Amino acid sequence: MLKDSDRIFTNLHGTQGWTLKDAQKRGDWDKTKTLIAKGPEWIIQEVMTSELRGRSGAGFLTGKKWSFMPKESKDIPHYLVVNADESEPGTCKDRDILRYEPHKLIEGALLAAVAIRAHIGYVYIRGEFHHETERLKIAIQEAYDAGLLGKNAAGSGWDFDLHIHRGAGAYICGEETALLESLEGRKGMPRLKPPFPTVVGLYGCPTTVHNVETLAVIPTLLRRRGAWFASLGTPGNTGTKIFCLSGHVNKPGNVEEIMGIPLKDLIERHGGGVRGGWNNLLAVIPGGSSVSLLPKDICETVAMDFSSLASVKSALGTGGVIVMDKSTDLIRTIARFSKFYMLESCGQCTPCREGTGWMWRMLTRLADGKGKPEDINLLEDVTHAVEGYSICGLGDAAAWPVQGLIRHFRLEIEQRIRENHAETQH
Amino acid sequence: MPKLSIDGQEIIVPEGMTVLQAATLLGIEIPVFCYHPKLSIAGNCRMCLVEMEDHPKPVASCAMPACEGAVVHTTTPSVKKARQSILEFLLINHPLDCPICDQGGECDLQDISVAYGRDASRYALNKRIVPDKEFGPLIETAMNRCIQCTRCVRFATEIAGVPELGAIGRGESMEIATYLEKTITSELSGNLIDVCPVGALMSKPYSSQARPWELSHTPSIDVQDAVGSAIRLDTRGAEVMRVLPRQNDDVNEAWISDKARFSYDGLKYQRLDQPYIRNKNGTLVLASWEKAFEVIADHFRPLKGHQIAALVGDLVEAEAMVALKDLMEALGSPHIDCRQDGAKIEANPRCSYLFNTTIAGIERADFCLLMGTNPRWEAPLINARLRKAYLATALPVATIGLPHDLGYPVASFGNDPFIVEKILKGRHPLSTALKEANYPMMIIGQGVLRREDGAALLQVARKIAEKYEVVHHKPSTGHWNGFNVLHTAASRVGGLDLGLTPGPKGYATHEILKAASAGKLKAVYLLGVDEIDLSPLESTFVIYQGHHGDRGASMADVILPGAAYTEKSGTYVNTEGRIQRSLQALCPPGEAQEDWRILRALSTTLGIPLPYNTLEEVRLRLVAVNALFEETDTVQNALWMPFGEEGKISSDPFENIIESFYMTDSISRHSVTMAQCRQDNVTRETAHARNA
Repeated sequence: MLKDSDRIFTNLHGTQGWTLKDAQKRGDWDKTKTLIAKGPEWIIQEVMTSELRGRSGAGFLTGKKWSFMPKESKDIPHYLVVNADESEPGTCKDRDILRYEPHKLIEGALLAAVAIRAHIGYVYIRGEFHHETERLKIAIQEAYDAGLLGKNAAGSGWDFDLHIHRGAGAYICGEETALLESLEGRKGMPRLKPPFPTVVGLYGCPTTVHNVETLAVIPTLLRRRGAWFASLGTPGNTGTKIFCLSGHVNKPGNVEEIMGIPLKDLIERHGGGVRGGWNNLLAVIPGGSSVSLLPKDICETVAMDFSSLASVKSALGTGGVIVMDKSTDLIRTIARFSKFYMLESCGQCTPCREGTGWMWRMLTRLADGKGKPEDINLLEDVTHAVEGYSICGLGDAAAWPVQGLIRHFRLEIEQRIRENHAETQH
Repeated sequence: MPKLSIDGQEIIVPEGMTVLQAATLLGIEIPVFCYHPKLSIAGNCRMCLVEMEDHPKPVASCAMPACEGAVVHTTTPSVKKARQSILEFLLINHPLDCPICDQGGECDLQDISVAYGRDASRYALNKRIVPDKEFGPLIETAMNRCIQCTRCVRFATEIAGVPELGAIGRGESMEIATYLEKTITSELSGNLIDVCPVGALMSKPYSSQARPWELSHTPSIDVQDAVGSAIRLDTRGAEVMRVLPRQNDDVNEAWISDKARFSYDGLKYQRLDQPYIRNKNGTLVLASWEKAFEVIADHFRPLKGHQIAALVGDLVEAEAMVALKDLMEALGSPHIDCRQDGAKIEANPRCSYLFNTTIAGIERADFCLLMGTNPRWEAPLINARLRKAYLATALPVATIGLPHDLGYPVASFGNDPFIVEKILKGRHPLSTALKEANYPMMIIGQGVLRREDGAALLQVARKIAEKYEVVHHKPSTGHWNGFNVLHTAASRVGGLDLGLTPGPKGYATHEILKAASAGKLKAVYLLGVDEIDLSPLESTFVIYQGHHGDRGASMADVILPGAAYTEKSGTYVNTEGRIQRSLQALCPPGEAQEDWRILRALSTTLGIPLPYNTLEEVRLRLVAVNALFEETDTVQNALWMPFGEEGKISSDPFENIIESFYMTDSISRHSVTMAQCRQDNVTRETAHARNA
């Protein structure tokens, strides 16, 4: 359990004000100047010590990412890009940070910009986040008015400007290189890697792209030092994480918890339990729509962190926990996920463009009980033909939930085919 | 220089090479769709996935830099599975209509499927339907077949410089489209057909006309501009079915212009296939070769050499030109000219009429000044090179003359010939630009040379070149010759190399026309002359030798049917001075003959037989006239020497020398396809003017 004294997002539920004045009461923007004065190397070192991993799904070490940036910005500028294009189904953590803790993000952005030697930052915000955009605009203006952004930001001697760019509602623009393409005014299609954005990013310049949550924890992390952050959770899975509980729980919502909290604890303590009791649980998707679901028996014991979930062939993803009780038609649910990926595929590379539609069509048929049991093998084959072959992670993300369904609920799919077959025979 | 290992073979490659290129060097084949050596890397088809140690996922070899110590595998089961999977995905929505597809038999998708794909499809659901698009009179679309490799989009954007194609829609619904459903406004649009790896973009005139295995392939040289693009003539029976580019990185890279590709149907209409004689009533009647020659001999017998003149057209090969020159010399006539447009350019020195920088050399230039030229129409492939240089190095291009949209930024300095003098006197911004560049180049178009004051302008241009070191030999930059003349006639440089210019007391084109109308000349021999007003020859005895019943033939008293460029083996010298040979693909129609043979046969009737009987002997004669003809396919640097004439420059602005790109010679004027393109252009321009 996370102690209240270790809580980073103290206004995650909006019980207090969100303005600069309120944020400062909670300790934001406190002695930011002294933190910056310790220098970029110190900041990177602290973040390295903290073992903070990116909160957007891939879980890459933030300090390591910063260390890839060129040490000095000579002829060309460096850029910081904040990925606020939160569109993963089942995830709503960044939205609440933007709503209730915008100053944590702005301060984190400034500190990160110092670490990566950037003078310009862009917040690429999801187009649908209208109110959040308006609020962030005000918060940024507040920061400018208070001298916390702009020339000599927070009196540190470092110039930093933060701009907002609104997306147009494409899921793929949450992929960091597609986001950069979109930010440059082109169609949001992922770029080939290498080169990575830290070398060739926005407008061809070194760029670091970060999730909102990752940046928002940086100020607290630096104030309380990396070692404190690392002391929370387990080695390699440190700190706190915002989990988004949705689906068939009694109290859905965001909750900040320690990394590695048992999934059952998370649902029982914070979600008010599964609708109809724990025994009514069918499966849980632990990290947003892109990860494999977990059947009840795994949910009993699994811990919510990167390594534990990887060991059960799922992933922490964004921390979007989707709870499904026994009333759920799992096949149709995953078919709906597949449709989402088919519609959101950018169409650039072959496996994702062609594979997502094929998976959706087959799953829809299987959800109707149509087809043959062999179709399940074919479907599984197709998921493996998409996974790993695409330019970006969307192909993988489309394949994993289907693989999870087949891995854990093959018998149910077969049974539906049998039932449908029996019905049509009569 | 990184060293890497592919399938156990080690190779050291230059920095910046990709794994795919390294594999190609080792002779290891990796299948590709979206990769094209002349286009930017997209990496979207995923066909070239290979396994690389230390990489958790398969990597796209077309985009992966070959790095030190990389260990690559292309034959492992996982690579095999990846290839099968990608091909299966590409085929699930492909219509598999190979039997009725023009690409069938030369389709990358077919070939790669056979080599790397599964034996059968496992896809049992409905296929996607994509509406066909309207791309104008040259390109037929079958968008169901499209595999979204985006080669066409990249070609249009990068090479052609017309960002009119794009992918609209996302995911499965992604479609290649112009959005506005209009013709691609590029003179290079036909190359889209070549870059398309499947049958989605096809040639409209060739649509359902032939299967590729029925065609005979003959390497040839395009004659419809002076670039000398390498082409391949695909023929069936007595017909050219299509024209395709051959790769020649020094000249046309992998592209050809739409005129070179699509005007071949003009070879089928209005052809001269019989000798004709004009009878007493003034009508042309069929005649035998003997009769036609006799008429000429009868007419020539009383004439003195200086009463006869000869003019040479734009499509003539060197063999016919040397034969005509020899014939005129034997007749004792000094009146011969290969410059039917009256260009003020002399046969000496060679540097004064060549594109000295060479076409590939454009990529080294760091400043380019265009004078009285529209390279987009006069030489689309040279324009493509200029664009390539612009994309690579932001080559600054300035122009004096009419402004044109060339597909890259051009600074226009107005249309005033006096600017040229101002540059020489150092009183113009361009003087500084030329002076400061390390590799400056000037391109002088025929729009300059055709003027009355062409020779004077040429001389000023030479002085500019000398003053601002456009031609130089420096230790820092080496040898550089940035003085270029852009020709539009395929025969011109060859004619000048062979000295087909007036001899002592000889007349040039306009003097020949003048003397003929004044009655001083009694006979004029036209070898493929169709581009000028021949009405001054009304009362002169005119012999026309050529392949089309065009302007020249209508004036003629005797018509001798010759061969088009597809019907003879010829030697052509392009604007760079590159001597190239084409091979005969077809027989000339009817009684038409190869042109040098006609002249040889006529010389016998005239009693002055030319001393050669075979093509080889004619070619030896070429070498005897100019030793340069010994070596083909190379460019020999021309020595820099003074040229040009003092003269007064007129204030008349420079003019366009081409009215329509699609109709510039007797072949393209008779092509239905070219007529459609021209009409399309006119319609578009009218609409554009109306909207404006």
